[in-house]
Amino acid sequence: MISTATTVLTEAAHGGHVPVVDPGSAGSLALPLVLVIALPALGATVLLLGGRRTDRFGHLLGTATVAGSFICSLVLFFAILGRDAAHRQVSLDLWTWFSSGRWTVELGLLYDPLSALFLLLITGVGSLIHVYSIGYMAHDERRRRFFAYLNLFVAAMLMLVLASDYVGVFLGWEGVGLASYLLIGFWQYKPSAAAAAKKAFVINRVGDIGLALGIGLIFTTFGTTSFSKVSQLTSAASAGVMTAIGLLLLLAACGKSAQFPLQTWLLDAMEGPTPVSALIHAATMVTAGVYLIVRSQFIFEYTADARLAVSIIGTITLLMGAWIGCAKDDIKKVLAGSTMSQIGYMVLASGLGVAGYAFAIFHLLTHGFFKANMFLGAGSVMHGMDDDVNMRHYGALRKAMPVTFLTFTMGYLAIIGFPGFAGFWSKDKIIETALAQNPALGICALIGAGVTGFYMTRLMLLTFFTEKRWEPGVHPHESPKVMTVPLIVLAALSVLGGLLLLNDWIVTFLAPVTGAAPHEEPPLPAIVISLLAVLVVAVGVALAWFLIGKRDVPREAPAKVSVFTAAGRNDLYGDAFNDLVIVEPGKSFTGGLATFDRSTVDGGFTGTASALAGLSGRLRLAQNGFVRSYALSLLAGAALVLLALVVVNLG
Amino acid sequence: MNVPWLTLLLLLPIIGSLVLTIMPARPGSALPKQIAIAFSVLTLALGVALAVGYDAGGGYQFTENTTWIKLFGAHYSLGVDGMGLTLVLLTVILTPVVMVASWNDGDTGRWGAKGFFAWILALEGLSVGVFAATDVFLFYVFFEATLIPVYFLVAGYGGPNRVRAAVKFLLFSLAGGLVMLASVIGLYVESAKTSGGPTYLISELADLDFGTSVGRWMFVGFFIAFAIKAPMFPVHTWLPDTTESATPGTSVLLVSVLDKIGTFGMIRFCLELFPEASRWATPAIVVLAIISILYGAIMAIGSNNIPRLIAYTSVSHFGFIVLGIFVMNSQGLSGANLYMFNHGLSTAALFLITGFMISRRGSALISDYGGVEKVAPVLAGLFLVAGLSSLSLPGLAPFVSELLVIVGAFVYTPWAAAFAVPATVLAAIYILWMYQRTMTGPVREGVIGMRDLNVREVSALAPLLLLIIVLGFFPKPLLDVINPSVEHTMSEVGLSDPQPNVTEAEVAK
Amino acid sequence: MSPTPFVVLSAILFTIGAVGVLTRRNAIVVFMCVELMLNASNLALITFARANGNLEGQIAAFFVMVVAAAEVVVGLAIIMTIFRTRRSASVDDASLLKY
Repeated sequence: MISTATTVLTEAAHGGHVPVVDPGSAGSLALPLVLVIALPALGATVLLLGGRRTDRFGHLLGTATVAGSFICSLVLFFAILGRDAAHRQVSLDLWTWFSSGRWTVELGLLYDPLSALFLLLITGVGSLIHVYSIGYMAHDERRRRFFAYLNLFVAAMLMLVLASDYVGVFLGWEGVGLASYLLIGFWQYKPSAAAAAKKAFVINRVGDIGLALGIGLIFTTFGTTSFSKVSQLTSAASAGVMTAIGLLLLLAACGKSAQFPLQTWLLDAMEGPTPVSALIHAATMVTAGVYLIVRSQFIFEYTADARLAVSIIGTITLLMGAWIGCAKDDIKKVLAGSTMSQIGYMVLASGLGVAGYAFAIFHLLTHGFFKANMFLGAGSVMHGMDDDVNMRHYGALRKAMPVTFLTFTMGYLAIIGFPGFAGFWSKDKIIETALAQNPALGICALIGAGVTGFYMTRLMLLTFFTEKRWEPGVHPHESPKVMTVPLIVLAALSVLGGLLLLNDWIVTFLAPVTGAAPHEEPPLPAIVISLLAVLVVAVGVALAWFLIGKRDVPREAPAKVSVFTAAGRNDLYGDAFNDLVIVEPGKSFTGGLATFDRSTVDGGFTGTASALAGLSGRLRLAQNGFVRSYALSLLAGAALVLLALVVVNLG
Repeated sequence: MNVPWLTLLLLLPIIGSLVLTIMPARPGSALPKQIAIAFSVLTLALGVALAVGYDAGGGYQFTENTTWIKLFGAHYSLGVDGMGLTLVLLTVILTPVVMVASWNDGDTGRWGAKGFFAWILALEGLSVGVFAATDVFLFYVFFEATLIPVYFLVAGYGGPNRVRAAVKFLLFSLAGGLVMLASVIGLYVESAKTSGGPTYLISELADLDFGTSVGRWMFVGFFIAFAIKAPMFPVHTWLPDTTESATPGTSVLLVSVLDKIGTFGMIRFCLELFPEASRWATPAIVVLAIISILYGAIMAIGSNNIPRLIAYTSVSHFGFIVLGIFVMNSQGLSGANLYMFNHGLSTAALFLITGFMISRRGSALISDYGGVEKVAPVLAGLFLVAGLSSLSLPGLAPFVSELLVIVGAFVYTPWAAAFAVPATVLAAIYILWMYQRTMTGPVREGVIGMRDLNVREVSALAPLLLLIIVLGFFPKPLLDVINPSVEHTMSEVGLSDPQPNVTEAEVAK
Repeated sequence: MSPTPFVVLSAILFTIGAVGVLTRRNAIVVFMCVELMLNASNLALITFARANGNLEGQIAAFFVMVVAAAEVVVGLAIIMTIFRTRRSASVDDASLLKY
């Protein structure tokens, strides 16, 4: 048992040091720690229960609570920044959630450098997106409810990253799933939106199987599910169990983070209002899987197999997402494909172990900035184009929407990894680490970077450059200030996000959680890898320029396309596969089972009943109404009794 | 002076029922309804007072014991432990809620509103008796007596096929009861052989050792009766038919309260009286429970009739409860106990809300709805909350119990958990698909102009939903009384939880 | 005195009565055949009482006579009513109570 509130390092299987979770008490931080969740939760409650009475100020209240939450996050962040590295983990047990036998689950909060960064991202980007939504949803009569759901989401997401127990994570995990469900289906009079919302929730539930069984396995193995206790015990567990837990958690991560093979819901989730796509399906919720893996480093550090599986899944997804991004004409779906791909990078990094965790989180943060920026930019474009999402109907918008164009360009440069921009630093580090550990995965990541350059350039060209292809009657215009100011802030963050890596700050800051990486020598000098990455991206950009920028863009998508484009347009047949293998057989099976229930199970009982009814129908014919036949049967009966008596007495 | 609190608790609604029966009332008069509500609220107050007065330390409390039929060893013996208390509470909470929600449902029935409310009160009293009986014979009498009010509630009030449904319900229950009667007689025969003479007191029977084969036969007799009641696959088919024809209020009392007798009985009688036989039967019952879980969920997905769908979800949920009971560890048993209460709340909410909707549109078919959210947002919102609690969303009450059962199953064997957990995905499908088809999309013709919930309806649902949310985050008050009773059951059966594989001692090495 | 002749007579009377009940249609005749059977059993009861030298059989015979008297009252009333409504005393005509 570790008594002091210091980071005690245990010897890990691979020879490095695996930090355990050993928080001190929250002390004076308790109030902001509670407020950070309570404020948005309160906002959601007031707005949902208040009904139409809160319509007038609903959006303001919703934004204010998240802003308040952001201030609390800043207070917390600077409070622990002032402490030395060993004392940056604090925890606060609110109350005992439930207990049974030896299993006690505290509803507790754990605040450490990892959650600190998440808090800033969620509440910071969250606040900006709330502000943006005031303008974006201004004409929606259900705007108050939209803000209620957004607040609910923020509260649940904060619960997810602050929970001190796997069950607490589960609470936030499904909470954000619920908010995502409500927001994807926000315009639920559209059948497509309602279907997409349900699909997202159901596929997430498939991932949740992993979390539920993971909790089961963690409890049977360690007798507890709290992070701090589990982390102190993992060093003594067998590798097989650790791999099993790791794979179960990976399944959970796949569902929430739209990783292969549970990726299909994310593209459909674009049915939701664009701020939702920016906040939930780009910046925060979909990164929860990465959080779960990094948070569970004390498990993954003891299982190289599970880590490899994580990396492979990440790599597959990053290539798939990029592929899909190349083929789509819907601006939001390109960005969704891109999100899948970028989260693939994070998952890849988090599978690389100690060396990768910090970079996974780093990329997660920069991606949060630039992808939120681009999604909001896309929303701004749609706002000006009468909610048309087809890029083939755009073109030459840079003059009509200068602010959107400029901010979007910052995001663009960041995501393709233009030297100096945020994405350059974070993606570069992931590629470098991957190459050092597993060249095959590293090369895939490098290729992915090139493809990213291609599809993002294609998006830029189709939207802001080339000639006008607008629908008649559309008059593109710049969005109001309330929407452009968040764009400007996010654009600035997209440019400056790389500063987090200054002096290896983020790596050092996260070290109490993720462990300090032993320095590994990449196969090539770092500067060479960076140059290589830039080169690959340049090739992708150039290719896009020659294929799209130099040619005429047809307003209708060409029907005759290569196999690759067709596959990309169809989301790599993920839905087709699910339909063929799961949905259709499932439907037939359900129908068959219904027949079975009626005919066989219930039929067994009703059949017995009707057989009895039939039998009694025959028997009652004996009641023919003739007294003399009754007398005869009486006589026969009496004779029978006599006979029986005789037989018994003689025998 | 020893006040016979439980007798008072069970007599109060029965007296109410008698008052309603004999009082004269013009048809259409609200007086009988008001009197019924008054009695049920009084009962609720008394029930809550008892719960507050219950000492969380465990054991049977508020006990009464009088010899009833000396020849059989039957006693009029009442008492509640944690499990009994939670179910008594569930009964007294749900009765007034059902009354408020079904305010007008009895008017057009065979025996009018007066009869409807009288039967409900009678059912409440008898249900309290079932959960409080600590004598097998007394339990059996209450067990069978509850069939009478339910039969009349189903046969007199509800859809066009109600008489057929009532008969089906009655025959299934009677068949189960008959099998159980054989075991009850068996208990007499066996206990009469001992030096103490015949007895039906659970406390005395639990100490007897019946011998392997006799014990197993009697176990099977009890189990079949409870499996029909619960209901489990393959003896579940009466439930969908009954809920399809009954009024929503009747369905609530039937599924949320009466069916709990099945799972309650499994713990109280199967486990505590026949520990050896229970351990012997565990593998088979776990398999049956898992089949119920998946079967009910899949059937729910395939249902187009809303009450039938909810009935099938209950088959699935009861599968979870039975699974929790027979994995035989603390987590499973606590989860099952808690599940009984939570399932009562969430299913009641679901039945009542859909009942409100069905009474407006006049159709129970999902395919007749669409876009309800647009015209009745409050109804849709509450429906979603109830639905989410039925699919065990974390933060709502059923989650804690379902997770406990799943983890309990995992402790028993990982495979049991692995087969049960996919039902959570199926639950998401049946609830959200129902929501999608009824509430979202363009407004369908018959739905145009549908009124939103009125104050009476919302106030009937509010306590349920409030409890669901509060217990989702703070189930401690219930678990505090359930856990000691689970420990008691565990020790009666001679069980202990397995040690975790990795302990601090091993790390220290 | 041997009881055999009395018992034989009782058996013959009983058989006549039984055959009458089974074969005749007229309700009055059927009724009288029933009476005949009752009296046949009375004869047997008294015979055995005498043979055994106790009173129990005779007491039973008294009971039978009382029952027979009551039966006459009820039975004849029923037959009368049937006759009045149906203009027939045939037992086969009163076969509505069936299935």
